[in-house]
Amino acid sequence: MMTNTGNRITQGQFSFLPDLTDAQITAQIRYALKNQWAVSVEYTDDPHPRNTYWEMYGNPMFDLKDPAGILMQINNCRKTFPNHYIRVMAFNSARGVESPAMSFIVNRPETEPGFGLVRQEVDGRAIRYTVHSYATDKPENERY
Amino acid sequence: MGDIQTQIGDPGIDLGELFRNSHIREVLDQLDRDLVGLKPVKTRIREIAALLLVDRVRKQLGMTGGAPSLHMSFTGNPGTGKTTVAMRMAEILHRLGYLRQGHLVAVTRDDLVGQYIGHTAPKTKEILKKAMGGVLFIDEAYYLYRPENERDYGQEAIEILLQVMENQRDDLVVILAGYKDRMDRFFQSNPGMSSRIAHHIDFPDYAIDELLAISELMLGRMQYRLSEQAKDTLRAYIARRITRPNFANARSLRNALDRARLRQANRLFEAAAPVSADALATIEADDLLKSRVFEDEAPAQP
Repeated sequence: MMTNTGNRITQGQFSFLPDLTDAQITAQIRYALKNQWAVSVEYTDDPHPRNTYWEMYGNPMFDLKDPAGILMQINNCRKTFPNHYIRVMAFNSARGVESPAMSFIVNRPETEPGFGLVRQEVDGRAIRYTVHSYATDKPENERY
Repeated sequence: MGDIQTQIGDPGIDLGELFRNSHIREVLDQLDRDLVGLKPVKTRIREIAALLLVDRVRKQLGMTGGAPSLHMSFTGNPGTGKTTVAMRMAEILHRLGYLRQGHLVAVTRDDLVGQYIGHTAPKTKEILKKAMGGVLFIDEAYYLYRPENERDYGQEAIEILLQVMENQRDDLVVILAGYKDRMDRFFQSNPGMSSRIAHHIDFPDYAIDELLAISELMLGRMQYRLSEQAKDTLRAYIARRITRPNFANARSLRNALDRARLRQANRLFEAAAPVSADALATIEADDLLKSRVFEDEAPAQP
């Protein structure tokens, strides 16, 4: 049974929606800046759900007033990695929170092969299950 | 086309009404009050305000002229108010709806140019990102370009700047500032920069009367005032100071007044008598006369 027909990975906010337009991304970033969160851009070509730490594209952007600067950074990242996953994160540095407050994908590879189920036979008849991304069969930077 | 013409012909738009609603007058009035002299600067600001207002009306009627380029260059001697005006400019453009945030990011060469290969571009882009939605004020911009060193990284910063100035005209306004002759040389060697800047504004030096008015404004802000005698002394002081080398207009004046405050405090302290509020707020001629500027001609004085 296929519940996710487009094989689109669903991580972070808005991932069940169609891709956000630049105007929508700008609106989201404006909200983050209004809350004084530091916004950063990250990319990866390993979409496994447990791959939490993506590569940083430049430093997190502190002290920004306007979303235009971040959109510029996003577009630069898209140009450099057109076929990678790119996400935008907003980090809330308030004491006691100190964690990402927003995270959403702004760029995806053209085709996403999705995940396969791997069965591992262990002790006796027991079986362990895990998911495996088809894309990661290839070496880095050749995956999409 | 005919559509637009009837629209203009029929109701007639009251520009004065729009002007009042935009609260731009308050900013311009404040500019008039706080900044003495600077005629050409004020005229140009008024023109820009008018242009943006008209542009907004045109947009309402569906006429597109494209966003005007508002990058500027401020040239003038030290202390003529370039930074102050830039700060105001950010606020004015924000009120006119040209800038979204209206903040000012003031930088110099150090903030834009890196120390080794590959360091400049991220540094410049970082600053540009911070300035988005506001004004990027580059003080002493001519230091960006060092012709004597062909491997200087300043050129890289200039190229990135030019690119953003061209492509993201409605996201930020770049203001370059510096001394007149050096800025002229800078523009000569960077024609791309010169042609992308629409407004070259020259800040004139202040006359003695203007400097006097400025000093009274400054003192008023600090809750001091000059005694009648001190006013004459200050005029004499300015007349002498203006001919000295390194005279930096309003900045020199502010320093002179700070020194006068110092001497006033010292005088009150040494008098060792109870002081009235009046005495605390008044700067006497004596406080100014002790300045080094008067020293040269000490024998001539009684």
